[in-house]
Amino acid sequence: MKTCLIVDDSAVIRKVARRIVEGLGFRVAEAEDGREAAALCEAAMPEVILLDWNMPNMDGYEFLRALRRQPDGMRPKVVFCTTENDVASIARALHAGADEYIMKPFDRDIVTAKLQEVGLT
Amino acid sequence: MTDIEFEFLRGYLKQRSGLALTAEKHYLLESRLMPVCRRFKLSGFSDLVGCLRLSRDGAIERAVVEAMTTNETFFFRDRTPFDLFRDVLLPQALAARAGQRRLRIWCAAASSGQEPYSLAMMLAEAGPRLAGWRVELVATDLSTEVLEKAKLGLYNQFEVQRGLPVQLMLKHFEQVGEQWRIAQSLRDMVDFRPLNLLHPFEQLGTFDIVYCRNVLIYFDTVTKADVLRRIAEQLAPDGAVLLGAAETVIGITDTLAPDTDNRGLYRHGRALAAGAAAAPAFQPAVRRAVR
Repeated sequence: MKTCLIVDDSAVIRKVARRIVEGLGFRVAEAEDGREAAALCEAAMPEVILLDWNMPNMDGYEFLRALRRQPDGMRPKVVFCTTENDVASIARALHAGADEYIMKPFDRDIVTAKLQEVGLT
Repeated sequence: MTDIEFEFLRGYLKQRSGLALTAEKHYLLESRLMPVCRRFKLSGFSDLVGCLRLSRDGAIERAVVEAMTTNETFFFRDRTPFDLFRDVLLPQALAARAGQRRLRIWCAAASSGQEPYSLAMMLAEAGPRLAGWRVELVATDLSTEVLEKAKLGLYNQFEVQRGLPVQLMLKHFEQVGEQWRIAQSLRDMVDFRPLNLLHPFEQLGTFDIVYCRNVLIYFDTVTKADVLRRIAEQLAPDGAVLLGAAETVIGITDTLAPDTDNRGLYRHGRALAAGAAAAPAFQPAVRRAVR
């Protein structure tokens, strides 16, 4: 079973995303911020990460840059999932190594489409 | 809605749009047409039926037909038809039409424009390979309302995220407040026109590629066969038709037949095979080019 890490400081968003992603057949782990996400990735790298931008401790951008510095072969798909909906933010996330981008609010169709886009459904 | 009103509306819609409604669609008809009654300040379905019987108001007639159309669509929907375009149809066309450098594509149920604009993006991505080519992308739909939206090329956040890779969004769209507008150069590539598939469409001319997806499912078998036959008549001898994932020609018509090399594509069938054979014989050359 493929694994998905949901990183968001909002418990509500994590719950909604978990329901959608589990419905697509993924095993789900959750993290409240980038630091917790980094620890989970170190223990077991997921296939895909749904990543929020603004979080305490370590934000999504910082986490992603750290993740992409990992050695080859440890390259999970990363889908930014954030309220930052402007072109500059999207471009910045892609430049940092994101594979796809979801603008909140989202629904099941969008998450499904984006996971398909990165080759995971 | 009484049974008599339902039967009238069912016959009316069948005749006007080809929509084949079964008896259990009573609720669907009510839920879609109630807003039409409100919009035109009609007291109810009996009033609506009265107006339609008398053909008093063209605007009401159009509204009834358009209210029953399903405009569900999104960018690169089902993916395979677009993979086929990139990997099979476009390379074939580039080889087969290298002389005249002209390519004509028809999206027969274009809805709010996501399908033709997806193709426009793919054509733009083909870049220099199409330099000097004249590519016509004709997009038709029964509903003038959705065509107006399509012409604007303006999509909300939900629409733009369904099926559209973010890289293409950044490349071909501009942000307009909370919405995203497709680039003017791509909007200029698409010729949107209102068209009821039940009416003659030979005036559109001959096409190399026809996308007619997710519209035949609403028609009965006789109507499907008629529309497919007439599409085949507008198709170049080596042209291709793409139908929706749940649609087929098998058991409906032999004017088109599945392309045995490429699942999801349909070519001229037995009925036109003799004519196709007499046409310029570039089909084998095209196949060699693809392989």
